[in-house]
Amino acid sequence: MPESDGHGQTPRSLPLILARELAANLATPMFLIDGEGMLVFFNEAAELMLGKQYSEIGQVTAPDFGDMLQLETLDGTPLRKRDSPPGIAFNQREPAHSTLLATTLDGNRKAQWEITAYPLFGRTGDMHGVLTVFWEAKS
Amino acid sequence: MRARVWGCRGSVAAPGPDTMRYGGNTSCVEVLGEGGEALVLDAGTGMRPLGVQMSQEGINTIHVFLTHLHMDHLQGLGFFRPLFAPDAEVHVWGPPSPVQPLADRIATYMSPPLFPVRVADIPCQLTFHDAPTEPVTIGGLTVTASLVTHQGPTVGYRVEENGRSIVYLPDHEPGIAGLDLASQPTDWISGHGLAYQADVLLHDAQYGDDEYPRHAGWGHSAIGHVVAFAQKAEVRHLVLFHHDPYHTDAELETLNDDACRLWGGDGKECVSSAWEGMNIDIGRDGVSLEAIPY
Repeated sequence: MPESDGHGQTPRSLPLILARELAANLATPMFLIDGEGMLVFFNEAAELMLGKQYSEIGQVTAPDFGDMLQLETLDGTPLRKRDSPPGIAFNQREPAHSTLLATTLDGNRKAQWEITAYPLFGRTGDMHGVLTVFWEAKS
Repeated sequence: MRARVWGCRGSVAAPGPDTMRYGGNTSCVEVLGEGGEALVLDAGTGMRPLGVQMSQEGINTIHVFLTHLHMDHLQGLGFFRPLFAPDAEVHVWGPPSPVQPLADRIATYMSPPLFPVRVADIPCQLTFHDAPTEPVTIGGLTVTASLVTHQGPTVGYRVEENGRSIVYLPDHEPGIAGLDLASQPTDWISGHGLAYQADVLLHDAQYGDDEYPRHAGWGHSAIGHVVAFAQKAEVRHLVLFHHDPYHTDAELETLNDDACRLWGGDGKECVSSAWEGMNIDIGRDGVSLEAIPY
């Protein structure tokens, strides 16, 4: 099988493809990180939440995206990236959940979110990435 | 490398006067390498007559590659004559499971009360393997598997020899959830990497475009999806496969015409429908697909 498809594209794994399709069809903000730690997709609900489209940001590393989307604890303390739910899910390969504050990328709005991240393990046990869901907290 | 279609019907065997041209046996394709390597893609009911021929020809080492374990891809296994020849060596490959080994999952079918003979009592030298995540070499043939969108764990296969390739995706719904395949980045399309620039692609074509909306999410493709997928993957010859059991020969011909029209200019040269007995020759100098004889 070709390493890439001639457009320089390496085929994505099926769990990632299905996770992306699931996210694309839901009204809840969702972010998809691949097994290499790249932010490879977020859905329209996430675009609305961030105030930016995915195409404006493009494929960046999850830590670089973490620099853009600042997360804070409820008392306003900036969160270390590795302590965020997606950071824990990716590095420790276990699900994580926190209630945090997130500021839109344009800096205009800060809101409280329930953030759940979980690793995507394939049928042979290999990790294909991390799916992160932002649920707007009821205040 | 040569291939022969022994069954191209989907879902359930559909014998009868309305299906005589394209055939009623379910999915089974024989692939023979230049060095005599024998592969069987899926174990639908077409596997029964194939087993008779292989026994007559004295083929003793056979690799069976299962895309998944739905009955229309498995039911012929118990009637595959080489399984009952003690000197035959049969390797069965199938999608991996984190829960049960392949042998145990197949034993769900090959055990009473569904089948009189247990897997453990099969007399041939029978070995089970998980579908390879890395290419495997069998003589001069290289086989690659990849998980694809269908209902339940399902793989597709790509078989290569001397730079030529045949790709087998009999049950596949790359256009699930209304995905616009034409505009989708290629790396996000299920099966694209497997099918990319294949000489021959045998692909699920279960539904007409008008039928698909009633069956979205069932794991199969509409004609429009198949053509869009094949063109996106720059496939050279598309063979429509896994015919719906309710489609008559006349309806299959209409679907084939639809596919040729959607393909555009050279559609009639690039698109055909699989029929039981179809021979496909994938040689160093090119590809030849046998036209339906009547």
